[in-house]
Amino acid sequence: MPDLTKTSSASEEAAAVAGSTPVITDAGPVPEKPRSLGADAWRGLRRNPLFVISGLLVLLILFVAAFPGLFTSASPTIGDPAKHFLGKPNLGHVFQEDWFGYDGTGRSLYARVLYGARNSIIVGLGVTILVTIFGGLMGMLAGYFGGFWDSLISRLTDVFFGIPFLLGSMVVLNAFTHRTVWVVMGALAFLGWTQITRVMRGAVITTKHADYVVAARALGAGTRRILFRHILPNAIAPVIVVATISLGTYIVAESTLSYLGLGLSDDSISWGSDISDGTQFIRNFPHVLLFPAGALSITVLAFIMMGDAVREALDPKLR
Amino acid sequence: MTITDITADVPAPRSGEDSGGKLLDVRDLHVEFHTRDGIAKAVNGVNYSVDAGETLAVLGESGSGKSVTAQAIMGILDMPPGKIPQGEILFRGQDMLKMSAEERRKIRGNKIAMIFQDALSSLNPVLSVGYQLGEMFRVHQGLSKKAAKAKAVELMDRVRIPAAKERVSDYPHQFSGGMRQRIMIAMALALEPDLIIADEPTTALDVTVQAQVMELLAELQREYHMGLILITHDLGVVADVADKIAVMYAGRIVETAPVHELYKRPAHPYTRGLLDSIPRLDRKGQELYAIKGLPPNLLKIPTGCAFNPRCPKAQDICRTDVPVLEPVTEQDGSPLPGRGSACHFWKETIHG
Amino acid sequence: MADTEKTPEAVDATPNVTEVEVVKAATEEAAVAAIDAPVERGEPILQVRNLVKHFPLTQGILFKRQIGAVKAVDGVSFDLYQGETLGIVGESGCGKSTVAKLLMTLETATAGEVFYKGQDITRLSGRALKAVRRNIQMVFQDPYTSLNPRMTVGDIIGEPFEIHPEVAPKGDRRRKVQDLLDVVGLNPEYINRYPHQFSGGQRQRIGIARGLALNPEIIICDEPVSALDVSVQAQVINLMEKLQDEFNLSYLFIAHDLSIVRHISDRVGVMYLGKMAEIGTDTEIYDHPTHPYTQALLSAVPVPDPESREGRERIILAGDVPSPANPPSGCRFRTRCWKAEDKCAKEVPLLAIPERFAGSDSPAAHESACHFAEEKDVVHA
Repeated sequence: MPDLTKTSSASEEAAAVAGSTPVITDAGPVPEKPRSLGADAWRGLRRNPLFVISGLLVLLILFVAAFPGLFTSASPTIGDPAKHFLGKPNLGHVFQEDWFGYDGTGRSLYARVLYGARNSIIVGLGVTILVTIFGGLMGMLAGYFGGFWDSLISRLTDVFFGIPFLLGSMVVLNAFTHRTVWVVMGALAFLGWTQITRVMRGAVITTKHADYVVAARALGAGTRRILFRHILPNAIAPVIVVATISLGTYIVAESTLSYLGLGLSDDSISWGSDISDGTQFIRNFPHVLLFPAGALSITVLAFIMMGDAVREALDPKLR
Repeated sequence: MTITDITADVPAPRSGEDSGGKLLDVRDLHVEFHTRDGIAKAVNGVNYSVDAGETLAVLGESGSGKSVTAQAIMGILDMPPGKIPQGEILFRGQDMLKMSAEERRKIRGNKIAMIFQDALSSLNPVLSVGYQLGEMFRVHQGLSKKAAKAKAVELMDRVRIPAAKERVSDYPHQFSGGMRQRIMIAMALALEPDLIIADEPTTALDVTVQAQVMELLAELQREYHMGLILITHDLGVVADVADKIAVMYAGRIVETAPVHELYKRPAHPYTRGLLDSIPRLDRKGQELYAIKGLPPNLLKIPTGCAFNPRCPKAQDICRTDVPVLEPVTEQDGSPLPGRGSACHFWKETIHG
Repeated sequence: MADTEKTPEAVDATPNVTEVEVVKAATEEAAVAAIDAPVERGEPILQVRNLVKHFPLTQGILFKRQIGAVKAVDGVSFDLYQGETLGIVGESGCGKSTVAKLLMTLETATAGEVFYKGQDITRLSGRALKAVRRNIQMVFQDPYTSLNPRMTVGDIIGEPFEIHPEVAPKGDRRRKVQDLLDVVGLNPEYINRYPHQFSGGQRQRIGIARGLALNPEIIICDEPVSALDVSVQAQVINLMEKLQDEFNLSYLFIAHDLSIVRHISDRVGVMYLGKMAEIGTDTEIYDHPTHPYTQALLSAVPVPDPESREGRERIILAGDVPSPANPPSGCRFRTRCWKAEDKCAKEVPLLAIPERFAGSDSPAAHESACHFAEEKDVVHA
């Protein structure tokens, strides 16, 4: 009985939302093949140039973050200040050590940009995953059970919303002397989960009154089945959208903290600290600032664009 | 009780600039929607007309194009995805589709007004009812705030909202469904339009309130001598108020008839099927007649007559040739004014 | 099982309420056994007694205090007999949908009892409640929102088997789902499609198939066709009638469309503001109504026949239905009734056969909650 137990794949779950049918519903298309809402959204996404461009960029960035060594043999940490002090970029030397020039300690900027992607992506992805799981669970708890749990969690999110995100993380990170990616990740997640909680809570409250949830209750379905089979798949879409977009902002946050000297410790490579280093040479050697800053901007833009495209695909009202 | 008698002697339209005699004349209107899945042909050559003081009921199920036609007349169609590739909408002889946006805006509300099904979502929840009613006078007639409010009270009185003076500052959610629909009617009436389009005006209301609202609408129409296009899926509501009926299916008019004639002797198998599929209130029937199959997919309208896959009378010709709306006559050939049927076998249907 | 004094006559002769033979089950097993025991055709299967549901109105943010209650259902009693269709009609806010939710134990009753085969389901829990849920199923109004858009048709119709695995062994389920699709007139090959790939009428068939899956005895239908197109309504109504015969079902058919209710029902109850105004067989209610509200309701129905319409009397009621949070004293209909007198404001009329018709054979002798009940035919020209 494979068809009764089969659930749609995770990516489909993520990319689906209620009611993506066209306006002329009753006369609407009844195609030959089974077509889930997720598949519909995916079809829409594939045809969206914004998604194709941002998606390819994101893939490229992820690949670079995973295997920076494939793109260069130069070391990002060891430079020769005597030989390459603030060397100008050589734009003709594509993929070569001196493509982007050198920084103040003679390190290849090209290698710095490539290796810097890893930390940015790890922090961004890590925070997003932590926040989605924890914030999502809290939101589900508050939205579904209501009453005491809702009051408690909602007041807690109010408290966290009162703390400025960056200022709060600076205070937290200040308590650590050696700041690894995990520490930064934890600090950002600690302060960022409330956004997802709010989104999830709202989505769960709307979904839990849907007729199909009432129908499941009438059949005698238990809480777990109702939550994970009926509510979660239908409430997850806005969470996915918010998570994708905020991934970009977490990367920015990490860079900002590193720029301020409160992010990753000096021995790890980060676009933020490179930007910080670059500012002292901005007049005569703008390239030292420009390349890490450009990499950061492109990465953030790619994630936000992808979030926008996903939102458009999941929300038929925006069509 | 019914208002059918008022058409016995139709007086000349109120305004003098009358060309062609018709208040509104829709000719060969086509509307299509460009969707991800293809082109949905919502309206495929609709012709109808309304005179002053006349009630035309447009009857159809969801997807029949009845509301889309009305939106095209009002000029409130979303374009894109909507598109009007063909057709004319003549209001007092002038084609509205060729007018500038500014000219159309002047007609909308002023000359042609619309009443929607869902009064709650059509009224702005954060503005008082009096303000929204008065807005029409402030914008179109430049009245002062005070004068506009007085006008609003007058309008509310006219649609018989009790204690209008006290309630003029209330907000839409403070009114019941029936009262909100009255406010919508008051709004449509504000500038004394020549034509009102009512899109399912009573569908969301309870039966007893439905009766009140329909009666009010009919009475006001008589008083102002307006044309009324009543769009509905309810054969019962139509029977009560309409003078003539146009039945739509898959974006085409399949039958037109004066109201009594249609119920007595339908000339299209679709109309007949609809009438037969409604249970009776006054006696207990046997099994209901059910039109088989489903309403057509507007992306893939069947060739020939769109109704052919569901029609009990369908022959080969129905699958190849699109039937045109032909005048329907008595068996002996004497004309039946106002009647038409888009069926290859209308003779068999009406006389058989 | 039930009242043995009653002869199982034709459904038409059954009174509205019969004596309840309460079953007191000592153990859960006994309760389940009683719930699964068969009931003879024409015997009461569901007995509703003085059912009340008040939704509290509260004020204040931190310290909530009750300032009143919406009296959605306020003392409703009726019987549902095995194999019959009981129609419940009324306007929005009359409490008919709340009755459905109470019978499905989706809401907790404020007071009153619902006896299913002699057991009060408002007090059941655990396995006994699960057994009741298996036997009473529901068909919802809106076919667009009552099916989970993220599940395939097979998953939707198969879900009852997952929740009640004892009904069908695992290997058997896919075939059962396909059988059900066939029964409701859908192609069994559609099993892997998603709800949005179907039209409204087809979706309602899916909803009906889900309701049939566990072989229930009662199906509560809350406005099952009002969201459908006219041409599709007839198909669904015919299907429901066919299924009733085939599976020996009892229907509680809640709707606002009086013509459809007459067509499908054996008996009809008319509700107004949380109370039953009048109840009787379809002939008694439609051809011999005695309650003024029923008369007004019937006369207001637009009939698709202009000729008969012109001869009919039409009662147009003044005003709107009062708020159920603050219903009128005495008879709830008195604020809109043309017959209202002082007595109506003081005494609540009981739902009973009016005294003037007591002992009479006339079809007007059926239960009506009006001090001044008199027969008036408003349906026929």
